[in-house]
Amino acid sequence: MAVKTIAGVEVKVTDDGYLEDMTQWNKEIANEIAKELNIELTDKHFEVLNYLREKTIAKEALTIRSVGKSGIVDIKQLYELFPKGPLKFSSKIAGIPKPTSCI
Amino acid sequence: MKNLVILGAGTSGTMMANHLRPKLYLNKWNITIVDQYKTHYYQPGFLFLPFDIYSEDQVKKVGKKFIPKDVKYIQKKIEKIIPEENKVELEGETLKYDVLIIATGCKIAPEETDGLLGPLWKKDIFDFYTYEGSLALREKLRDWQGGKLLVHITEMPIKCPVAPLEFAFLADSYFRDKGMRDKVEISYVTPLSGAFTKPTCTTALNYLLKEKDINIEIDFAIEHVDNDTKEIVDYEGRRIPFDLLVTIPTNKGDEVIEKSGMGDDLNFVPTDHNTLQSIAHKNIFVIGDATNVPASKAGSVAHFAAETLTDNILLYIDGFPLKKEFDGHANCFIETGNNKALLIDFNYVTEPVHGKFPFAKIGPLSLLKESVLNHWGKLAFRWIYWNMLLKGIAIPFVSRNMSFKGKIFDIKPEKNN
Repeated sequence: MAVKTIAGVEVKVTDDGYLEDMTQWNKEIANEIAKELNIELTDKHFEVLNYLREKTIAKEALTIRSVGKSGIVDIKQLYELFPKGPLKFSSKIAGIPKPTSCI
Repeated sequence: MKNLVILGAGTSGTMMANHLRPKLYLNKWNITIVDQYKTHYYQPGFLFLPFDIYSEDQVKKVGKKFIPKDVKYIQKKIEKIIPEENKVELEGETLKYDVLIIATGCKIAPEETDGLLGPLWKKDIFDFYTYEGSLALREKLRDWQGGKLLVHITEMPIKCPVAPLEFAFLADSYFRDKGMRDKVEISYVTPLSGAFTKPTCTTALNYLLKEKDINIEIDFAIEHVDNDTKEIVDYEGRRIPFDLLVTIPTNKGDEVIEKSGMGDDLNFVPTDHNTLQSIAHKNIFVIGDATNVPASKAGSVAHFAAETLTDNILLYIDGFPLKKEFDGHANCFIETGNNKALLIDFNYVTEPVHGKFPFAKIGPLSLLKESVLNHWGKLAFRWIYWNMLLKGIAIPFVSRNMSFKGKIFDIKPEKNN
């Protein structure tokens, strides 16, 4: 655990750079984390991010499959929005915990 | 008389029948178990069939043999569960229940991936998660001349998450023994970011892949199989060619769960992680591969879960609060080829660690280290399965919750994004 300044805000992050406390998240933080991952956020990105945050608050497990069935994007579009890490990168940018591949 | 109904006579259902019958008064409780199939398969054996290590008769027996005589066994297809009416519809028969245990397991759903069931299915594309698939693969391997072998996982969760890796290790030994290892290129393709599902394992065990000359392709989420070019293709257009594809298709819960509107998007039943009670219905309990709990879908997990669930059903019947006890404990042997195996012990929150098992400092089994003794343990497990596990006999010295005695927490998981 460490403290990092992102978009002028001091936030607690994990060793991997995921926010410890999802309530510290805001759009500016999202934009800055996205930049580190070479992703330029659009409204579509934010639709996905908000969906991920809602599901996390509702304590629902997230999978690529479930996001693909969200009605917001299909799996292919999710990959286009977050290349190389559809769930890992989107979770990081959404300020939610790193997805666990259980088992 | 009250009725307790168990759906599914696989590993979990059979264990629950054996646990509960002696504990519920015969003059108060009927126990009925329903399964449409006659044969009970020793599923861990499906890993060994393709390599001619086990034969057919070592992995199957008549299921009824393992059901106590005072439990009614109905061999019929389950059509639908109607939880609002406490009823289960079977082919031409309806059962009423006071308590229901769902143990309908999970199975492969190759139809979920485009092109998997195309012209190459069972010709150059095989699964080993079914008895038939495993046998067909054995026939294929017996006279395969070599080429690119892909061992591939479609998506998580899958039954026995370590089996694909074991398959790759055993394939290495198999082709070495046949004197044709130089003709076979083995690659392991996974949607995860490492070979193992647990980061500590990846740190401790990655050397095995190098030692056995197995390539690894990570973060590969398959979109379709191209039957014309013999390639698997992911959502980003990455293509991996194969001559022989051994795939673990998407795993889903039984269709009866979907028909009954009781599952998530993969037909797994939402279940309390610690009590094993269904989230939606208080008199329904779920065990084994049918649940959505984030534990391995494995016999050892079902075995530990069955002990907690037995206590909880007795508590439920007597109106007491349930024990929040189940910790996702799993204890798995991993075959690494050359008559060696690893043993891992973990739960929902604790990753596999080094140490000795089951006795602290003494062992005799070593955790997270290859040994011949672990391999014997794995083979002995088949006997334990048929003679102890299914009958609900506790395995001596191995407790339902993970023990931290004799465990060494010395591995840091690898960092990645």
